[in-house]
Amino acid sequence: MLDTIRQLIDKHARLPVKAETLAAGQDLYAAGLTSFAAVQLMLALEESFDIEFPERMLNRRSFATMESIAACIQELRPQAIAS
Amino acid sequence: MCEACPTLLDKLIHRGLLVETGIDGLYGRSGLFEQVIDGFDRLISRTGADQKAEVLRFPPGMNRVLFEKSGYLKSFPQLAGTIHSFGGSDKDHAALLDRLAEGQPWWDKQEMTDIVLTPAACYPLYPTAAKRGPLPEDGLIFDLNSYCFRHEPSKEPTRQQMFRMREYVRIGTPDQVVAFRQNWLERGQALIARLGLPFHVDVANDPFFGRAGRVMASSQRDLGLKFELLVPVNSEENPTACLSFNYHQDHFGTTWNIRTAAGETAHTACVGFGMERVAIALFRHHGLDVDKWPAEVRDALSL
Repeated sequence: MLDTIRQLIDKHARLPVKAETLAAGQDLYAAGLTSFAAVQLMLALEESFDIEFPERMLNRRSFATMESIAACIQELRPQAIAS
Repeated sequence: MCEACPTLLDKLIHRGLLVETGIDGLYGRSGLFEQVIDGFDRLISRTGADQKAEVLRFPPGMNRVLFEKSGYLKSFPQLAGTIHSFGGSDKDHAALLDRLAEGQPWWDKQEMTDIVLTPAACYPLYPTAAKRGPLPEDGLIFDLNSYCFRHEPSKEPTRQQMFRMREYVRIGTPDQVVAFRQNWLERGQALIARLGLPFHVDVANDPFFGRAGRVMASSQRDLGLKFELLVPVNSEENPTACLSFNYHQDHFGTTWNIRTAAGETAHTACVGFGMERVAIALFRHHGLDVDKWPAEVRDALSL
């Protein structure tokens, strides 16, 4: 799943660095993620994993690290863990 | 609140301070109401005189292309107001008049013009400032005031669709801009205290549209980018934001490529004063009879 998240970050998060250089627990905002880009990333994640983030996940923290993103996806789609 | 009791809006209209137009949130103002607005406007000018801000006044419409570039539609499509005008032929004109006479929809030949309604007083400023090239060392401070439009019909007199917003806008380095906002957080509170209004300051978020907007709002709050000075007007539970203190970080600097003297992307911040909201808060707390307002309040407003 982290590989897919990394790909989506490279495509939508407009970071100055490649996602492969970032650790799963590293703060994406500190790496240059803007709020607008976080929203683009959120929409791309929803499409890619066929999920819809519920209200309680629509906040800054959900998209702060690849780990936190993965935790959200896992909660919404437990079977995604293998993908 | 009792159902039969007149609301604050009813009282303001009955007293003639606001004039009904048949549309919620769209009102005329009486001479006395305008005197209060003018008094508050002058009080702001006196409070901010030391800043030597450059005064700029834009009309309540802005260049549509610049508006499109500003990113407003990403965040607030539901609030935007666009201006359309008839673009048809003689035959279309005749059809328009027929439909009008029949009470039918008549606007199929209306075309988008090059002007949109200004959503916030500072929106026309950023592209104007950007055209001047890199900022001076001290950055820039502007003094703005404009009628603004937001499509949000409401029965609360404090939530109008066309209203005036006075602003001071700081463009500069992050340090300059953050210091400006901190300074105005303090000045704003002193100013409203002088007017004898109860208030508190709280972190806030803009009404970003949709599910994506929830993430934007959460970010804005977590980062403490927006504070509001709230006065209970319609109710204690839902006080009214009368002043707001906004740090945009590099959002406008990046959008418009505004550069500091050192060549960095400029940061911006603004303090906004809701002119009608403050006037209505004054009528709510000091009564509809301005002659009976506390002497120090009348004095502050030069009434």
